[in-house]
Amino acid sequence: MAEVVEGAVTRAPEELFVPKPRLVEGVRAYGLIVGMWLRSTMAYRASFLMTAFGNFTATAFDFVTIVLMFGHVDALGGYTLPEIALLYGAAGTAFGLADLLMGSMDRLGRRVRDGTLDTLLVRPVPVLAQVAADRFALRRLGRITQGLLVLGYGLVAADIDWTVAKAAVLPLMVLSGSVIFGAVFVAGGAFQFIAQDASQVQNSFTYGGNTLLQYPPTIFAKDLVRGVTFVVPLAFVNWLPALYVLDRDYPLGLPRWVAFLPPVVAAVCAAGAGLAWRAGLRAYRSTGS
Amino acid sequence: MRVYAVVAAGGFRRYATYRIETVAGVFTNTVFGFILAYTYTALWDERPRLGGYDMPQALTFVWLGQALLMTCVMMGGGFEDELIERIRTGDIAVDLYRPVDLQMWWLAGDLGRAGFHLLGRGIVPMVLGGLAFDLALPSEAGTWLAFLVAVTLGVVVSFAIRYLVALSAFWLMDGAGAAQIAFLAGLFFSGMLLPLTLFPGLLGEVARMLPWSALLQVPADVFLGKYTGWGLVRVYVFQASWAAVLLLVGRMVQSVATRRVVVQGG
Repeated sequence: MAEVVEGAVTRAPEELFVPKPRLVEGVRAYGLIVGMWLRSTMAYRASFLMTAFGNFTATAFDFVTIVLMFGHVDALGGYTLPEIALLYGAAGTAFGLADLLMGSMDRLGRRVRDGTLDTLLVRPVPVLAQVAADRFALRRLGRITQGLLVLGYGLVAADIDWTVAKAAVLPLMVLSGSVIFGAVFVAGGAFQFIAQDASQVQNSFTYGGNTLLQYPPTIFAKDLVRGVTFVVPLAFVNWLPALYVLDRDYPLGLPRWVAFLPPVVAAVCAAGAGLAWRAGLRAYRSTGS
Repeated sequence: MRVYAVVAAGGFRRYATYRIETVAGVFTNTVFGFILAYTYTALWDERPRLGGYDMPQALTFVWLGQALLMTCVMMGGGFEDELIERIRTGDIAVDLYRPVDLQMWWLAGDLGRAGFHLLGRGIVPMVLGGLAFDLALPSEAGTWLAFLVAVTLGVVVSFAIRYLVALSAFWLMDGAGAAQIAFLAGLFFSGMLLPLTLFPGLLGEVARMLPWSALLQVPADVFLGKYTGWGLVRVYVFQASWAAVLLLVGRMVQSVATRRVVVQGG
């Protein structure tokens, strides 16, 4: 035990700068920056608790709206309240995780405009890690908590015929979903290198996608469902895996096994977003201010 | 009076400068408009005439919400962030020296901003929504005019609320908490998430009495022709009363607050 501690203490400062694989380096830098923001957040604990509660309440209002709707109807698009809660909770939790880890990406446009991005470029740390960890907001745990609570309600209250495969789909759904949303955040960031004032467009895909997925696919036009299945594959975040759990018909007559595709789709999205990010960073020209 | 007209024109021009941001905003409003319109379609398919609206009226409500979101600032954000910053840094002391009324100065700027947002962020989503869905657009010019009056009153109520939020910074130094509460209330009680006529029982009655209903619910109902003649006068009085009360409270809070201002040298 003592040796481990001593080893940590006697580590030479130069060792911190030994080149490591880029991914390891990026994750480590991300962790360090997040740690810094966490310390600064925790300096004002009461403020943190209040903003986390605010974040929880703000997101809870969408679900309150759905509950109010169900005060007038028994089913929406053929789905009951617990079934919609499952869709809502799965999307909300996956989006919440992505928002916690990557939610600062929408500040990139501002950094490009005011020139502070240049500061990030001269540091020996991957820019993506710096931008993603910038102003890391732990209060976003409020959104994740809210998503998990609604998901829990959906899982308990919906009439589900449990099997091992269905139980396995659940964690895959939430984790792959957050990777897919994370990829959208990164791709949106890459887009802002070109269109600096367009963080709103990114919000349409992230927040808008999250809102879309809170409702069953049966209520949307076929072309819209096609778009979020094959173009921006948000349908894999929750629709397809959750409909498998609920034994519901898939949209567009897709085969049952697509419920197990989210990890593959997530990997493809992450790779695509990575390429887009590199292209964006290469296209970046400083404002010079 | 001339100075306020110039300030209002400045507010308009200032927001008109950000063209890409306006286009991006229109895109966002349209995306959310589509998503909401589909959910409302599902709801009204089950229960036609829910809340006193038929399907085209319900869909019009959705697109009006998107068109007025920035105009009546349902989700906060705007001059108040700047005013909070000026209070926090002490620049407010300079503002208080100016030979203009502080509240009227910011109101004029906000009216100019609202004018731009109505044109820049309101018309295009409404047109796109009208192309994709069957909307209930007023056929008489008088209704359009009545709607514009209701929107203007809504903007003043919205301003008065946000002015109070900003003044809270004199005591709290950080306006984030108050701004967040105002944003939540604005989103929920304006009718942005669901028309207030669908809120159940007492919650609905209270929601329709609160000032936020002047931001969307009232202008939307005027647009849909729910109020004519004395009914129209009555809702104008409702909006104007909230505007007057909140502006007056703002003045009182302001005079208490400015007595607290300690100007530091340097």
